[in-house]
Amino acid sequence: MGMTMTQKILAAHAGLDHVEAGQLIEADLDLVLGNDITSPVAIHEMDKMTVKSVFDKDKIALVMDHFIPNKDIKSAEHCKCVREFACRHDITNYFDVGEMGIEHALLPEKGLTVAGDVIIGADSHTCTYGALGAFSTGVGSTDMAAGMATGKAWFKVPGAIKFNIVGKPKKWVSGKDVILHIIGMIGVDGALYKSMEFVGEGIKNLTMDDRFTIANMAIEAGGKNGIFPVDELTEAYMKEHSKRPYKVYEADEDAVYDAEYTIDLSTLEPTVAFPHLPENTRTISEIKEDIAVDQSVIGSCTNGRIDDLRIAAEVMKGRKVHKGVRCIVIPATQAVYLQAMEEGLLKIFIEAGAVVSTPTCGPCLGGYMGILAAGERCISTTNRNFVGRMGHVDSEVYLASPAVAAASAVTGKISAPEELGL
Amino acid sequence: MQAKGRVFKYGDNVDTDVIIPARYLNSSDPAELATHCMEDIDKEFVHKVNKGDIIVADKNFGCGSSREHAPIAIKAAGVSCVIAETFARIFYRNAINIGLPIIECPEASKGIEDGDEVEVDFDTGMIYNRTKGTEFKGQAFPEFMQKIIQAGGLVNYINSKN
Repeated sequence: MGMTMTQKILAAHAGLDHVEAGQLIEADLDLVLGNDITSPVAIHEMDKMTVKSVFDKDKIALVMDHFIPNKDIKSAEHCKCVREFACRHDITNYFDVGEMGIEHALLPEKGLTVAGDVIIGADSHTCTYGALGAFSTGVGSTDMAAGMATGKAWFKVPGAIKFNIVGKPKKWVSGKDVILHIIGMIGVDGALYKSMEFVGEGIKNLTMDDRFTIANMAIEAGGKNGIFPVDELTEAYMKEHSKRPYKVYEADEDAVYDAEYTIDLSTLEPTVAFPHLPENTRTISEIKEDIAVDQSVIGSCTNGRIDDLRIAAEVMKGRKVHKGVRCIVIPATQAVYLQAMEEGLLKIFIEAGAVVSTPTCGPCLGGYMGILAAGERCISTTNRNFVGRMGHVDSEVYLASPAVAAASAVTGKISAPEELGL
Repeated sequence: MQAKGRVFKYGDNVDTDVIIPARYLNSSDPAELATHCMEDIDKEFVHKVNKGDIIVADKNFGCGSSREHAPIAIKAAGVSCVIAETFARIFYRNAINIGLPIIECPEASKGIEDGDEVEVDFDTGMIYNRTKGTEFKGQAFPEFMQKIIQAGGLVNYINSKN
């Protein structure tokens, strides 16, 4: 019986020739990640261990991104705890204010994640690096602590769902629409415990940033990971960003999948997830009523990369944010910020009446930088629209692409760019 | 090992944001987190919960964020066990790793109501609804996970191996 791409990577890292779905294995880790919320808990757990040193100071990444720059005294104490740990263990990849970015945009950009890796991160969106052909998955703080101490983690080998991607997306349809469409189709537990394996000739029509967005939201379908095959685009990205050697794994032809779906990109439309679950999707043309918004957030580990900002700027150029709407643009990393500045995108946003923030997860999880009051509504390029996710329990989050979030900021209601004559 | 208590019953897709909202994640103190447990889905929970009580839910309990603060808050609030039709996978790992007993059992999830008195025998995986006089067989943990639970969590398990 053949193996999926995910299973092959896991087998290789467990020193096994073959693994099957359901098998419990212990795998060597190429990278262990934590952030300012999850790392303090992990550090506390590590203090209880008899192992007092980290397994490899070069294979741990600590990224201060959720409540950074420190939003309050307690957050400052958390960061201080992580900063001191990083200093004590001489952690190579510790990223604080000035160098930091949103972790899942930052690590690929810094070349720390490449094809063939096994990566765990104490953040659920760690599945993002599957875009590069790596196995990466979110864990909790105790797993992170164990990973930092031993360089290993236990896994139950996942079964798989295959998504055969064909066709070419229309203008204004991006990776976000692809993944929202899939989550709408299979539900928020549609891929529970499984890997989401994206294959097919249509993948060449998805940019790297599209693929990061798609892999990023595998967790919103309950998936253990999302993974893309490595093609010329992936290799070009890795060569540009990383000096690390990478290894390309391909699924066996007789690999077993629990389910298979075909996604024709040419048929997709801009898609919006209504409150309070990412599976509550409607295409833009299915939205008949006017849904006024108070806020538009363009950013996050899902959609804060340069392609996302370019699309948003293309929509907002020469236009104004609708009166009464707060539009918050958050470049995901310092490099994205700088590039957006050099390309003139920030000028477009600011002239339109949007604010541009330092990189942070901020409002996505209701941290700060755009919290909603009771009864307020936000169109957002982030990844979750749970009850109270961005603030008050009686506020609402609608998930969409940068194109739709930008167009909605201009019209003051949920809109496609076409409504602006684009 | 056994658990016995009154049931708090919830539906599908109870996410970690409602279990412990991110506005409280500037703390990692279990006792403080416990005071906000389930706040955005059930404001009365922290006022009503007694030590040993049991949470029963439907599908995909603990979906969303990987925050270990979620099972930590539930455990620190005094909950002795969570029973659900299915769990989101990161929550499942986290609960085992910190020593919060959880059991997947679709039949129990359907056959138990809010306020029922329930007993759980972790050695046999049996769940007894004392209010209704019914019983259910929950899914037993694989041997590997039992070792982690018996050691009192992943940290102790790793310590015992070294």
